[in-house]
Amino acid sequence: MSWLEKLLPSKIRTEGAKKKGVPEGLWSKCDACGAVLYRAELERNLSVCPKCNHHMRMRARQRLEAFLDAEGRVEIAAGIESEDRLKFRDSKKYKDRLSAAQKKTGEKNGLIAFKGRLHALPVVAVAFDFAFLGGSMGAAVGERFVQAVNAALEQQCPMICFAASGGARMQEGLFSLLQMAKTSAALAKMSDQGLPFISVLTDPTMGGVSASLATLGDIIIAEPSALIGFTGPRVIAQTVRETLPDGFQRSEFLLDHGAIDMILDRREMRDRIAGLLAKLTRQQLSYCVLPSAEPQDEAETRA
Amino acid sequence: MNLNFLEFEQPIAELEAKIEELRHVGSDSEVNISEEITRLETKSVELTESIFASLTPWQIAQLARHPLRPYTKEYIELIFTEFDELHGDRHYADDHAIVGGIARLDGKPVMVIGQQKGRDTKEKVKRNFGMPHPEGYRKALRLAQMAERFKMPILTFIDTPGAYPGIGAEERNQSEAIARNLMEFSKLKTPIICTVIGEGCSGGALGIGVGDSIIMCQYSYYSVISPEGCASILWKSAEKAEQAADAMCITADKLKKYGLIDLVIEEPLGGAHRDKETMAKRLKQAFSSQLADLQAMPVDDLLQRRYQRLMAIGV
Repeated sequence: MSWLEKLLPSKIRTEGAKKKGVPEGLWSKCDACGAVLYRAELERNLSVCPKCNHHMRMRARQRLEAFLDAEGRVEIAAGIESEDRLKFRDSKKYKDRLSAAQKKTGEKNGLIAFKGRLHALPVVAVAFDFAFLGGSMGAAVGERFVQAVNAALEQQCPMICFAASGGARMQEGLFSLLQMAKTSAALAKMSDQGLPFISVLTDPTMGGVSASLATLGDIIIAEPSALIGFTGPRVIAQTVRETLPDGFQRSEFLLDHGAIDMILDRREMRDRIAGLLAKLTRQQLSYCVLPSAEPQDEAETRA
Repeated sequence: MNLNFLEFEQPIAELEAKIEELRHVGSDSEVNISEEITRLETKSVELTESIFASLTPWQIAQLARHPLRPYTKEYIELIFTEFDELHGDRHYADDHAIVGGIARLDGKPVMVIGQQKGRDTKEKVKRNFGMPHPEGYRKALRLAQMAERFKMPILTFIDTPGAYPGIGAEERNQSEAIARNLMEFSKLKTPIICTVIGEGCSGGALGIGVGDSIIMCQYSYYSVISPEGCASILWKSAEKAEQAADAMCITADKLKKYGLIDLVIEEPLGGAHRDKETMAKRLKQAFSSQLADLQAMPVDDLLQRRYQRLMAIGV
């Protein structure tokens, strides 16, 4: 905030300056360092700020497209859509919230699933779309997840999940709570059949998603500084009436407490996960041509 | 105002107070007022019946939290024999918000696991108001796996406002503790009966809620989030809890209609706390008959059924 803005009365300040001041279009602004970034370049960099390395939230479809090999991707369970079973209504009807979310995101649902290849290894990959009602898990998300697990079981291949969710979807009541049990039971099948499940936690992974499928990875990876936990920090602060420790519920905090295996830069994710999976499935990684936009030398300097 | 009665029960409380007063007069004086007392008692029952005939979901949530509502240990006492409590998760601590141990039901060994609330202030604190930490869920899993090894069916009693939202709970990975239970309970090779006796709130309830038969007491509730929590997020005000309770369909009869639970156990007039023995007897009957059915199934069929039932939720 500049000295001039500090002098202004707060009312004028909030009215005058919207938080995301840069309009949709060519330019984008880093949420962390405020650097103004050329959008195309930012997207090439997988929405990681080139100035401060802040990992911005990424849409699910875009993430999977960047993660999987370009060849041979097939979407799974695309037809599954959320339903308003309870005829839920708060200030708005849930039905209206759903159609608004569908319109805004261009997706039918908060979870996208693909089968495809990762450096030529057959895999199933799913990603939560935080832009779709906060990536919340309702019955449709749970069902898509289970169908993805079933696809992995059928193909006897590993599965990777990118979580980004506020938790269970309240508007579906107990139907949504029980998706935690449903998805976890499906993952038990993966585990029983010796198929690896890799869970990637991105900002944020909370509540019912954190307390089910996201925490059940054979290997759990987090993106830097992602908020990850069961209860949100605000609720905890209100309950315990204490100041929360520095970096509480961030990826680095979880790594320190033994909750996750590693923190990876998003731009390394493809190669590193492929390497892990190749070892877990006793295969050699035959590097195919990387469709990744990232220059190779940059990856080496980071590693 | 009598604290043993909830707000919507105040007309009953007033009538009961009047009856009590008359009883005092009756013992002091020669006048025979027993007829009047009988008349008022009948009226009180009728009044209770009429009030309880049309409870709102919010009123039911309040009954589920009633300060006199029977808790897990009281049911254990009334339903089972030879209960040996087992303690600790073997890693960090013994969580007093979850109790568990081996007992007998109709003479046969069973594992009992349940969330435990406290009655007086001291015990409330000891039990952390029924809000388990990760070590509680890990204790539950340890006991459940022991039950599997020794071929004992598992009975869980759900009564929690939620898993504890605290710093230590997060540091010790509350999410993992709950998630692990969901996965492991889904494949335990022994029958599991889960009963919501009071509050079945959120992931904290589900952490001991995966099983073959899901039972709810008539005035318990089972919900993805507390009505207050939902109201403060979606209505931006915790005071809209009543609307939230209604919208989320948290009551036993509604959930039975949606096929999300198997059985509703009717409570005595005025709620389980008015007659704990009768309530315990009804629960025991339900357990015995459900267990007979579940134990008659070959284990593979039982697991297949548990899995299919979970997969069918919300499809």
